[in-house]
Amino acid sequence: MLKLINILKVALKSILKNRMRSLLTSLGIIIGVSAVIIMVAIGQGSQASIADQISSLGTNLIVIFPAHSRYGGVSRGAGSFNRFTFNDVEKIQSEATLISAVSPVVRAPAQVIYGGANWNTTIFGVWPSYFTIRSWELAQGEYFTLRDNSARRKVAILGSRIAEELFPDQNPIGEQIRIRNTPFIVIGVLRSKGQTAMGSDQDDVILAPATTVMYRLKGNRWVDMINASASDAAQVEAAQTELKQILRAAHRLEEGEDDDFMIRNQAEIIDTASQASRIMTLLLGAVAGVSLIVGGIGIMNIMLVSVTERTREIGIRLSVGARARDILTQFLTEAIVLSLAGGVIGIGLAVSVSLLLNDLTEMRTVINPLIILLAFTFSGAVGVFFGFYPARKAAALNPIDALRYE
Amino acid sequence: MSTHPSVNSEQSIQPVIETRQLTKNYQMGTVEVRALRGIDLTIRRSEFVAIMGASGSGKSTLMNLLGCLDRPTSGEYLLDGVNTNSMRPDEYADIRNQKIGFVFQGFNLLPRTTALENVELPLLYDRHQRVTNPATAARLALERVGLADRLHHIPSQLSGGQQQRVAIARALVNQPAIIFADEPTGNLDSRTSMDIFTLFQELNDEGITIVMVTHERDFAQYARRIVEMRDGLIRRDTPITSRRSARTDLLNFQNHTPDESC
Repeated sequence: MLKLINILKVALKSILKNRMRSLLTSLGIIIGVSAVIIMVAIGQGSQASIADQISSLGTNLIVIFPAHSRYGGVSRGAGSFNRFTFNDVEKIQSEATLISAVSPVVRAPAQVIYGGANWNTTIFGVWPSYFTIRSWELAQGEYFTLRDNSARRKVAILGSRIAEELFPDQNPIGEQIRIRNTPFIVIGVLRSKGQTAMGSDQDDVILAPATTVMYRLKGNRWVDMINASASDAAQVEAAQTELKQILRAAHRLEEGEDDDFMIRNQAEIIDTASQASRIMTLLLGAVAGVSLIVGGIGIMNIMLVSVTERTREIGIRLSVGARARDILTQFLTEAIVLSLAGGVIGIGLAVSVSLLLNDLTEMRTVINPLIILLAFTFSGAVGVFFGFYPARKAAALNPIDALRYE
Repeated sequence: MSTHPSVNSEQSIQPVIETRQLTKNYQMGTVEVRALRGIDLTIRRSEFVAIMGASGSGKSTLMNLLGCLDRPTSGEYLLDGVNTNSMRPDEYADIRNQKIGFVFQGFNLLPRTTALENVELPLLYDRHQRVTNPATAARLALERVGLADRLHHIPSQLSGGQQQRVAIARALVNQPAIIFADEPTGNLDSRTSMDIFTLFQELNDEGITIVMVTHERDFAQYARRIVEMRDGLIRRDTPITSRRSARTDLLNFQNHTPDESC
């Protein structure tokens, strides 16, 4: 084997002799590598923000939705759509042992008016435990209490978005607003949580006592959703099982009858939500990977041209004592150096673009060191794979024919 | 000399090149061309042999075989006392690297590469690392051929004669047992040709063995022996008793008109 340093020197020299061609050849790899890294960075960024925002919904969160009631697999139709009542929530509160907090959620669309300003939003009727379950903190003012709830007092806590819209330069605490023409007193403003991964604004919300919303705004007795908090993160699944038994008993479901509700924990919600973006990440990565292969074919093409063009050079090298293996190594090294250089430049480009996207746009990007390593290794592998055939072709030349080549 | 007479005499007697019934056939489509039909040739150390013959006589084929660029169909070839018949391709490459220097008609220098780097090339492939400082060795070789002031010129910046001198320096740099020159002045004018032959004669006087292919009888007169080939066989092998001096011819050439020298 020749000295590695000499092999590298020869490869670098001939690459530098054809600067423009080398750059264009590497461009395929540069684009491929940076595309893979940037696409995966964007995909993982959106996955990460979905996970973050769902965590911000609250710790150990368990959500119970109503579902169609079924019997033996036969849906009883839309009319049989089950809803919860305060009874269900109270039963959970008194019977569940693995739950630290539970709250009903009564939802109503609401037009809010203050002075000349008005705003369409959703009002959530909840118990005070809801603040703990969903990790809502106050920016100012105070929470409502259980007593406010039992007294059906018309107090409201505004999401930060609504506070900004209705009270652009005024302290909203103590002010009277009208929700569906019913007057409410603002007693608090929530700290901002920002958008969810799905693009909806979590701060565009009003919280009020559950009974107030149910009886003073909606006028029925349905609870739309139940939120609960497991007492221990490790007990979430056990808590779900317990909740299921309590609700089945409360709804008098027979053996073999399907649940008329759905229980989801936070991990499941994160899973469902990030499924789509995970698939997107894979898809983007795959498309970018194809461009890396196209880049490799570009290298092979140029190396083949180069071998033909440099047949005489190969002949000269053979005549002064280069072994076939030396020629193979030289051309293979050139291909690998070209693709690795493309890889390094591509990584640099991808990292800069990802950081810029993060800083200058709303898009969040996560640069995964593993992907960088993978892209680098893959670009090297592309060099070996697509460089081998041209290099072998060069090494197989016969010195006399190579010297005579015009 | 007196203490080791046997060693000394053996060295001078042992031929650099010895072939026995060397043949080479080519397959040209369906026709088999018998380029060499049994060559017996012995060349001793410090000889200067000119191989002559019309095109198709087999002289280039012979040169390729002697230069280990190609393998014979049959027969034996001993180079510097080593039988080359059973050698593997890598050993062939090593022989070219260590025992042989080539000078070609078309110079065959690497384009866009300095004279110094061109001359260093054979040392790059020297697996035995006989030369510890390739750059110095290359510089010395270029100084030897009179190009001390052209070390960093690339071939396109050099005249034909200068390019051929770089090629000769490259052939010399690994201190080969023999130098093969294939029509070394075929691309050069008469004056430059004589210049190159002056250099060859100097090198030969220093003890370097040279085998040269030429089809110009005038230039063959600068050698010490002429081997004439026809139809793949050696027809005549004559020593030159009074060798012409290229240096003298060059001086005459410079003093008179070009026609008189030829």
